[in-house]
Amino acid sequence: MMYIVAGFLIWGLGWWLNIRLANGPASDTPAMQIVIPVIFGVTSLLMWELWVIGFDVKPVFLPRPTEIAARLVSELPTLWADFKQTILKGALGGYVIGGFAAFGVAILADRSEFLTRGVLPVGSFMAALPIVGIAPIFVKWFGSDWESKAAVVTVMVFFPILVNTVAGLRDTTTMQRDLMRTYGAGYWPTLFKLRLPAALPFIFNGLKIATTLALIGAIVAEFFGSPTVGMGFRISTSFGVLALDLVWAEIVIAALTGSLFYGAVTLIERGMTFWHPSQR
Amino acid sequence: MSLENTPVITARNLDLTFETNDGPIHALKDVSLDIGKGDFVSFIGPSGCGKTTFLRCIAGLETPTAGEITVNGMTPDEARRARAYGYVFQAAGLYPWRTIGGNIRLPLEIMGYSKADQNERVNRVLDLVDLGGFDRKFPWQLSGGMQQRASIARALAFDADILLMDEPFGALDEIVRDHLNEQLLQLWARTEKTIGFVTHSIPEAVYLSTKIVVMSPRPGRISDVIDSPLPRERPLDIRDSPEFIEIAHRVRDGLRAGHIDD
Amino acid sequence: MRSILPVLTVVAAILVLWCIAVVPMNMHLVADQAQRDDLVVAPDTPGARQELSGLGLSLRNAHLIPLTYTFKRPRLPSPHQVAGELYATTVEKKITSKRSLVYHGWVTLEPTLLGFVIGTALGIMLAIGIVYSRVMDRSVMPWAIVSQTIPILALAPMIIVVLGSMGIQGLFPKSIIAAYLSFFPVVVGMVKGLRSPSAMQLDLMRTYNASGYQVLMGLRLPASTPYLFASLKIGIAASIIGTIVAELPTGAKAGFGARMLVGDQYGQPLVSWAALFAAAITAACLVGVVALIERVLLRQMGMKPA
Repeated sequence: MMYIVAGFLIWGLGWWLNIRLANGPASDTPAMQIVIPVIFGVTSLLMWELWVIGFDVKPVFLPRPTEIAARLVSELPTLWADFKQTILKGALGGYVIGGFAAFGVAILADRSEFLTRGVLPVGSFMAALPIVGIAPIFVKWFGSDWESKAAVVTVMVFFPILVNTVAGLRDTTTMQRDLMRTYGAGYWPTLFKLRLPAALPFIFNGLKIATTLALIGAIVAEFFGSPTVGMGFRISTSFGVLALDLVWAEIVIAALTGSLFYGAVTLIERGMTFWHPSQR
Repeated sequence: MSLENTPVITARNLDLTFETNDGPIHALKDVSLDIGKGDFVSFIGPSGCGKTTFLRCIAGLETPTAGEITVNGMTPDEARRARAYGYVFQAAGLYPWRTIGGNIRLPLEIMGYSKADQNERVNRVLDLVDLGGFDRKFPWQLSGGMQQRASIARALAFDADILLMDEPFGALDEIVRDHLNEQLLQLWARTEKTIGFVTHSIPEAVYLSTKIVVMSPRPGRISDVIDSPLPRERPLDIRDSPEFIEIAHRVRDGLRAGHIDD
Repeated sequence: MRSILPVLTVVAAILVLWCIAVVPMNMHLVADQAQRDDLVVAPDTPGARQELSGLGLSLRNAHLIPLTYTFKRPRLPSPHQVAGELYATTVEKKITSKRSLVYHGWVTLEPTLLGFVIGTALGIMLAIGIVYSRVMDRSVMPWAIVSQTIPILALAPMIIVVLGSMGIQGLFPKSIIAAYLSFFPVVVGMVKGLRSPSAMQLDLMRTYNASGYQVLMGLRLPASTPYLFASLKIGIAASIIGTIVAELPTGAKAGFGARMLVGDQYGQPLVSWAALFAAAITAACLVGVVALIERVLLRQMGMKPA
């Protein structure tokens, strides 16, 4: 009972502190924009910890954050091996192949107005479908190692990147195109000097959407067959033996990776599209 | 009042009809005009009178449905490939991902000038429009008037002898516009280019031009051509002189005449 | 309307590529079967055939090509086989049958829709909270944004198992996943939408001395409609994908996900493929319905999609 009250009190204290900070004079400083969500996150974790103790929740249902953290440290070599297998080989491999394939097809389709008008609706249609369902089929085709995961990821990231690139290449104003015409510029100068730079914000939008998809594809595909390593494999087998703390450790890794991957693409975007109104 | 009277641009009986969803639009009807070398020609008229369309025809951005137009004795398309034009649009239209210097370098890159030549030209035209030292800034870091000056510099960077300007100062406030008008005249005096200038401001047209072409809409056609008696050297206060006011009157009458048959 | 022909062209191109791929993909299986049926096959030992690529084998056994399109258990079924299986399991089977895709579709659709409604409602409420409360904006919003970069979908099966072990089964666990997946897109989109009125529009409301509630109902909510629908389209697609993924590796007995896996495990690829396409069609219909409502509603309100 004491733990429950303590958990509630700590969380309430954090919330009260945040009210003071958010309505205080310094609330718009960059430091506060980090401090406030961190306080919220930390107090929420503390409440989780204390309530699990207080309500006597069994670890097979929900482990405590400290147990998860302990697992994270003690199983680091295993987690690193899983990370290499799933993220570096499966997700990144597929992301790169799918990205280049989509970019190539977009450039080709872009040469014809007719094709563009066909590719755009079909591509955005495909992007909304449950493509991850091909995972069992691909595992059968390409074997259970990382190649099949990369193949699933390739197909999943292909359509969002394709659609965004094609849409971006069309996103120039009449005036910009007329300017190129007054210079007598042909297809290639127009592509490299006008349309590709103008398309960059769109392309990065597609690349950002694709980061999360890549991780989902790589992990889910491992549920249908994998060597004895990988995040999806670890999650499903640890469940079998009710080692929930290890499952949560993998979830933490997946969440961190997802945010970092997205953050990395965002940083590159900021460097390359610093001129776009949304970045200024 | 042009220095020499060899026409560089000749239009004979131009006709242009756009097919739209609401039926055909007669944008130009029977337009004939000679523009001499070194002329500063303004096109003025209400919207829909075809002044922009005519400028685009000269630049080869539109193809007339009938009639004949030559630029330096060539078709507009050939003249475009021979880099005869610098075109300045209503908005500066600078590429936001390039610096001011990079924007001015854009046509030079496309036309294959050497690196050294590019740098030399960028610096020269930046000085010409009073933007020396701004080549590393990005367009959005400059005011609207400065951006428009940069876009004029971009049009001057390669040796086009014809400068076509489509309401280049239309979006700017009057004080900036006066200043740029003055600078444009100085630039014209220094470079001896032939300038085609679309505007809907009567004072601007009269102040700048050696020849004022008054146009009227539906169908777009020329209703009056006025050769300005003003000297080439024009301080801003020339706008209070009786000659100036008299030409302005004539332009206004021409515009009004075009409206009567609505 | 002018994009109908281009779309058909692209779809036709995909179908042609698919049909071409069927031959090399299935040729090894077809050749093995053909040998058992005493047909001439070159080369005539399975080992030698394994040495060849699917394409190479197809070129040497051109007479077997028609068989690749009708093979019973293909690696890649032909389009007409998938269409046939789809027709057989939707129209010809009674919908109460365990083999009817309509039955399995409903098993997937029900939790999807329930979860989508719950997730959307909660999402809108949180968004209003975030827009009106500075503390929530500052403390919760960053987490809502970050959570979109996390591969939550991949963890859907686990949530099912955990809830199952706690004795919670049936509709509810899948609904939670569907709700969770539609929740965050709605929160982020709605916050953007509720903040979309301009300073001028908000100042106008202030000159009327409008209350916070009146500003919400009269200005912010209507202004957010285009953003809401943009999010709803993402949310409904995410919901059904979540439900299907939740059904996939968890030993579920019914639903599209379960059908995909059953076909895979019992060597009936046609069942898997039919389920995959049925799921795709259902997802497309759901997004289509939301898009249709968006169009009608926005037109009535005189607005454009965000």
